[in-house]
Amino acid sequence: MVDDEQRGGLLNLLWLQSGGCGGCTLSLICAEQPDIVSALEVAGIRLLWHPSVSEASGTEIRSIIDAIRDGSMPLDILCLEGAVIHGPNGTGRFHLQAGSGQPMKTLIAELAGQAKTVIAIGSCAAFGGVTAAGDNTVEASGLAYSGSVPGGLLGSSFRSRGGLPVINISGCPVHPDWVVETLLQLGQARFGPRDLDDFGRPRFYTNHLVHHGCPRNEYYEYKASAEQLSNLGCLMEHLGCMATQVHADCNIRLWNGQGSCTRGGYPCISCTEPGFESPTHPFLETPKLAGIPMGLPTDMPKAWFVALAALSKAATPPRVKNNAVSDTIVMPPTGAKPKRGK
Amino acid sequence: MTRRIVGPFNRVEGDLEVSLDIKDGIVAAAWVNSPLYRGFEQMLSGRNPSDALVMTPRICGICSVAQSMASAIALADAQRLTAPPNGELMRNIILATENVADHLTHFYLFFMPDFARPVYQDESWYQELAPRFTAVSGDAIREMLPSRAAFMHIMGSLAGHWPHTLGLQPGGTTHAIDGATQARVLAILAAFRRFLETRLFGDTLEAVAELDSGAALDAWRHCRAQARSDFAAFLRLCDALDLNDLGRTSNPFMSYGAYEVGGSPFLRRGVFEGGKTRPLDASAISEDISNAWYAKSPEPRHPTRGLTIPDSDMTAGYTWCKAPRLAGKVVEVGALARQAVDGHALILDLVTKHGGNVATRVVARLIEIARVVPQIETWTRSINPSEPFYFKCASSDEAQGAGLIEAARGSLGHWVSIKNGRIANYQIIAPTTWNFSPRDSAGTPGACEQALAGAPVRQGETDPIAVQHIVRSFDPCMVCTVH
Repeated sequence: MVDDEQRGGLLNLLWLQSGGCGGCTLSLICAEQPDIVSALEVAGIRLLWHPSVSEASGTEIRSIIDAIRDGSMPLDILCLEGAVIHGPNGTGRFHLQAGSGQPMKTLIAELAGQAKTVIAIGSCAAFGGVTAAGDNTVEASGLAYSGSVPGGLLGSSFRSRGGLPVINISGCPVHPDWVVETLLQLGQARFGPRDLDDFGRPRFYTNHLVHHGCPRNEYYEYKASAEQLSNLGCLMEHLGCMATQVHADCNIRLWNGQGSCTRGGYPCISCTEPGFESPTHPFLETPKLAGIPMGLPTDMPKAWFVALAALSKAATPPRVKNNAVSDTIVMPPTGAKPKRGK
Repeated sequence: MTRRIVGPFNRVEGDLEVSLDIKDGIVAAAWVNSPLYRGFEQMLSGRNPSDALVMTPRICGICSVAQSMASAIALADAQRLTAPPNGELMRNIILATENVADHLTHFYLFFMPDFARPVYQDESWYQELAPRFTAVSGDAIREMLPSRAAFMHIMGSLAGHWPHTLGLQPGGTTHAIDGATQARVLAILAAFRRFLETRLFGDTLEAVAELDSGAALDAWRHCRAQARSDFAAFLRLCDALDLNDLGRTSNPFMSYGAYEVGGSPFLRRGVFEGGKTRPLDASAISEDISNAWYAKSPEPRHPTRGLTIPDSDMTAGYTWCKAPRLAGKVVEVGALARQAVDGHALILDLVTKHGGNVATRVVARLIEIARVVPQIETWTRSINPSEPFYFKCASSDEAQGAGLIEAARGSLGHWVSIKNGRIANYQIIAPTTWNFSPRDSAGTPGACEQALAGAPVRQGETDPIAVQHIVRSFDPCMVCTVH
């Protein structure tokens, strides 16, 4: 077994998966500059085991887990990807660990108690996510939340051995950099409770709204709305976009090079927020009351919003109005007239 | 006879456990268990049909676009809607990008690292190949990850991001690209092609795709440039370890046909059996649940009438995976099946000689990369930015639809029935549901269970290396299998 000296100052990381799709790992291996293997090196992290990339299989994994259990292998960082599955009837039998037949929820709770830092990777591990959708027949929860309610598997008062609550890197999927930058800061021991928001999410990406940096902002300003997917206009009024309320930097820090949901032509479905999986309306439709979209920006008086919207709609330039309902720019901006000397 | 349980089985997508009966150093019988159940089919019931486009991709992080595509096609079928040509081309590019990336991920991240295990350290090839393919730290992984990530910029450019895009819709795609983006995608493809041609193949994609027999492949791999390629390294391993004899199966191969434009697919649809391809009768598909943990229905059902009601007591059976059958028979799906059904000359020659096995399954994936990447280039050039990419999808209160497509790992089907404007039933059969199915009511094991029988077990092995090669040769996706 590995003692502290042999670890050479590296942090041991164990990655488990339970009730999820594995998409956060797949997003993570799209990490660039550097790639994920280099990023772990830079962060000073030694991968004890990860289900998609490590060599160890079967009994080799079980012996790593046993060594953590008996304390001979220190566990610095535990990452869980996927929801905790409690069903049926609290038994956890909808997900038994392969090879041991032990309910995964029991193993996760045990290892979370040993880990210096616990990270929930993705909205499933943080809040339950898609695995908890609908009637939640599998009784899925997050590590320390069920939806927006504190508790989950570990309980609202849970603190890992290092003193932090569960770090919830929410998102469906996570952006690779959200994980990488959290790990880099943990590696430097420069990540504390003040770096987390009210849902335990790293503030470096949740201090922003998905709306920030959205290329449709001018359409939003004038309430020039897309009438169907593929139109260039703002997706909020008709197509269910929640970007003005959703915490994440998706349009500042882009995805797979140059992408984001709204850049890809479809609405933000609020995937970093607890409970996003069960909206009260179809994902691609905006719920309205008397013709006015419900769920307006949370920190703006509604009356002001309605008044400003009416005003800006009336002032919409024809260019913005026409482009909003087209799939490509039909009226380009005209340049400022060149100033002439006298 | 000893019984051994192997798991957690990693470097597959999702959770997998395999039970083996071992006699005289040989696997006598195998049982494949998918131990995770999430209940997507129940979640979808009662929802607005378009919500399936959000939910079903999240069945699987590695086949996310394939799930989107099957869902979009099922909803389009229900509404009798055809996407405009640009929409079809864009969907093909996005799906093919995922499929090619998955084949690459399988080869470098999931499959090859097993040959760098200490069990092989005395083999003559070990010193050369282990540093290249070792899990996590191998040179090949270091080279592949940035190339793959750059290739996935196609997703950022066309579909917002990957995984879990909403860009694929019944009426086409949501992002009408311009000529600059079109040119950008071609540039991304050119860079990716360079990685494939220098490292994976040591030759042009076209030359690899044109290999037309086992003899031609043998001659090709000994040429100087190709001999240093990762494909040639794998072919050397096939000889050294007799991978053509490992994990053999002789079931029919099935493909739903892939990448349709204007009603004709790039890769044919059909069933390959006895050396010939015949038409596929999708109405002959049924799911048998006699060995799965579900409330029992009296007879196997076609997915349009399928039920997914978990048996929380887990009384009879040994997995959450159902047993899909075609006219009552086990079929194998995947790149090998797709290329055999399509009639690729090299693959036909290999399966005629050796059937399905560890070597042919991997070779077919690599050949498919060489065939599909040039096709992505062609589709990209065929887009006409001044034409529409998307038609709005009407909604009807009562409708039924099916979306039968090819994911990286094989045939993926979605069957939706809509009543009162809501999803009344939604059933999914994923590729690995076919390949990793349990025994059916007649006791016939699934494809992987059959492939494992006869696998050698070395003295003292707890997790037999041959079993690992066989299981991973299917590139199983367990999160799709049970959903």
